[in-house]
Amino acid sequence: MLLFLAGKTLRLLTLLVAVTALSFLLLSYSPIDPVRAYVGADMLKVGPEQWARIAEHWGLDRPPLERFTRWSLAVLRGDLGISMIFRRPVLEVISERFLASLALMLTAWIFSGVFGFALGVIAGMRQGTWTDRLIKWFCLMLASTPSFWLGLLMLMVFAVWLGWFPVGLGVPAGVLAHEVTLADRLNHLILPALTLSIIGVASVALHTRQKLVDVLASNYVLFARAKGESGLRLFWRHGLRNIALPVITLKFASLSELFGGSVLAEQVFSYPGLGQAAVQAGLRGDVPLLLGIIIFSALFVFTGNLAAELLCNLIDPRLRLKGNSFEKL
Amino acid sequence: MTETQTSIMPLLEVCNLSISFTQYMEGLRQKSLQAISNLSIDVRAGEVIAVLGSSGSGKSLLAHAILGILPSNAMISGKMRYAGENLTPESQASLRGREIALVPQSISFLDPLMRVGEQVRPSMRNGNSSAIQREIFARYHLAAGTERLFPFQLSGGMARRVLVSIAAATNARLVIADEPTPGLHPTVVKETLAHLRELADEGDAVLLITHDIAAALEIANRIAVFYAGTTIEIALASDFSGEAELLRHPYSKALWQALPQNNFIPLQGSQPYPDALPPGCLFEPRCQLSSHECKAAQPEPRHLRGGTVRCFHAA
Repeated sequence: MLLFLAGKTLRLLTLLVAVTALSFLLLSYSPIDPVRAYVGADMLKVGPEQWARIAEHWGLDRPPLERFTRWSLAVLRGDLGISMIFRRPVLEVISERFLASLALMLTAWIFSGVFGFALGVIAGMRQGTWTDRLIKWFCLMLASTPSFWLGLLMLMVFAVWLGWFPVGLGVPAGVLAHEVTLADRLNHLILPALTLSIIGVASVALHTRQKLVDVLASNYVLFARAKGESGLRLFWRHGLRNIALPVITLKFASLSELFGGSVLAEQVFSYPGLGQAAVQAGLRGDVPLLLGIIIFSALFVFTGNLAAELLCNLIDPRLRLKGNSFEKL
Repeated sequence: MTETQTSIMPLLEVCNLSISFTQYMEGLRQKSLQAISNLSIDVRAGEVIAVLGSSGSGKSLLAHAILGILPSNAMISGKMRYAGENLTPESQASLRGREIALVPQSISFLDPLMRVGEQVRPSMRNGNSSAIQREIFARYHLAAGTERLFPFQLSGGMARRVLVSIAAATNARLVIADEPTPGLHPTVVKETLAHLRELADEGDAVLLITHDIAAALEIANRIAVFYAGTTIEIALASDFSGEAELLRHPYSKALWQALPQNNFIPLQGSQPYPDALPPGCLFEPRCQLSSHECKAAQPEPRHLRGGTVRCFHAA
């Protein structure tokens, strides 16, 4: 166990170093000049002297390697720096934005899991029927739909034509922060969450369906039937446990997809989450914020994969009790 | 019930059972595969009857048909009677797991994610199931901790005993063992067969489906020889002896003569596939006694010297 943890920590550290170094390298070759992005429309009013002083203040006149080393040392002390565009500590921006994103991602994650699993089970139980074909068709269509396009479509239908939901943002515009109700927040959450969950539904449903088809054709289900089990009892005893494994792995291992999807969904719905902050940071050359988000997202995805591995070990006795066979009884 | 009565009144009668599958070829062309044709067999309480046939010839389908767990695209005809009552899908559903038990081929018939004890228990519907399960495990020399194990933790011999114990735990009157001894160590084979014989001696009817002639001869009272989807002969186990002069069908004789310990004479050709069955006797293309009438029609089963045979020339 200790060895396992040490191995995982080492892997995480190397991952973080590699990801940040690569990102920093890419950013230093980026055509976006942070000072220009910062100054924006006031460009004509800012003389070259002032320009140089801003660059010096941010340390942009230093060679990239020195900048990266200084940044790394600061990170090790727990200081992620100050966001250039928000003018607030990066950690603060991330934690605030992440809470908004978390609500969005969690809703989408749970919804796609539950809905996808249910669709997969129905299709698998009725394999070869019209229900099955309809669900498969629906899933394949979803899987081949880009999420940002789907988001636009949702906006058109539910926000513009039907007017059921707001067009964007996380809270109503023109309302004081302390007057925003939970209902307001939920109302703003539904469309982006739905858009985001659509990505996950298809893969969960199709994987569940295939696994259930395999399980139903298996020898142990045949034998269970020969023992007089049938219907829901059979499904509960032998189906559920055996098809749950791939779904759990899939759900936890696909956090990267979820995170990537949230960037697009938040952009389309102008939802003030971490994904949107990442896009802004990228477009305006906010290196500290972008690197902070990169560290955070790497941690997030790593945690997801680790959770998938641990849960599988916990649920599947074949992994949990490896090597602990009858000889040791 | 006296000895003669038990042998007169079979527990299970299968009469002219045919099973075919509809397959879709390219487009909408359908093909019917005749897996079992006009099979007749009877199983009596207290005896082991072996259905002996080559691997992959569809013997398992007979077991599945009796239990009523054939896939939905199977077409089935003929009559099956259990304890004097016609078997219907409804009666099969209530009989399987209670009166009729299956001993499957391998460990893959156990749920890989469920503890062994839990899989033995549901077969019992009355009484303290855990206590009965422990008692049965003890009877089959399975250590007390076995019930907590998962199937992948069992050795081949333990798995075998667990599978037999599932059948024993049901109090079934009819036990169907479907190839219970493939690829096992000889001592394990012997032990498994002994367990089946024991069940028969306690009054159960045991239907042993196997390709292993030695296994069949070791415990069976009667042997039904299965060829191309039907039983061509039902013989007493003692008929398989000497120069096969007591056997009735040319295929059974050839089977016996082909064994290394007998004359080691191979039989030319191979069994016909289910989609290309000969119009007459199923064995006719390979038979030395083949005559005009053999090509025209399949011979009906007839009684001969205490057994049954489907051959015009048998005497």
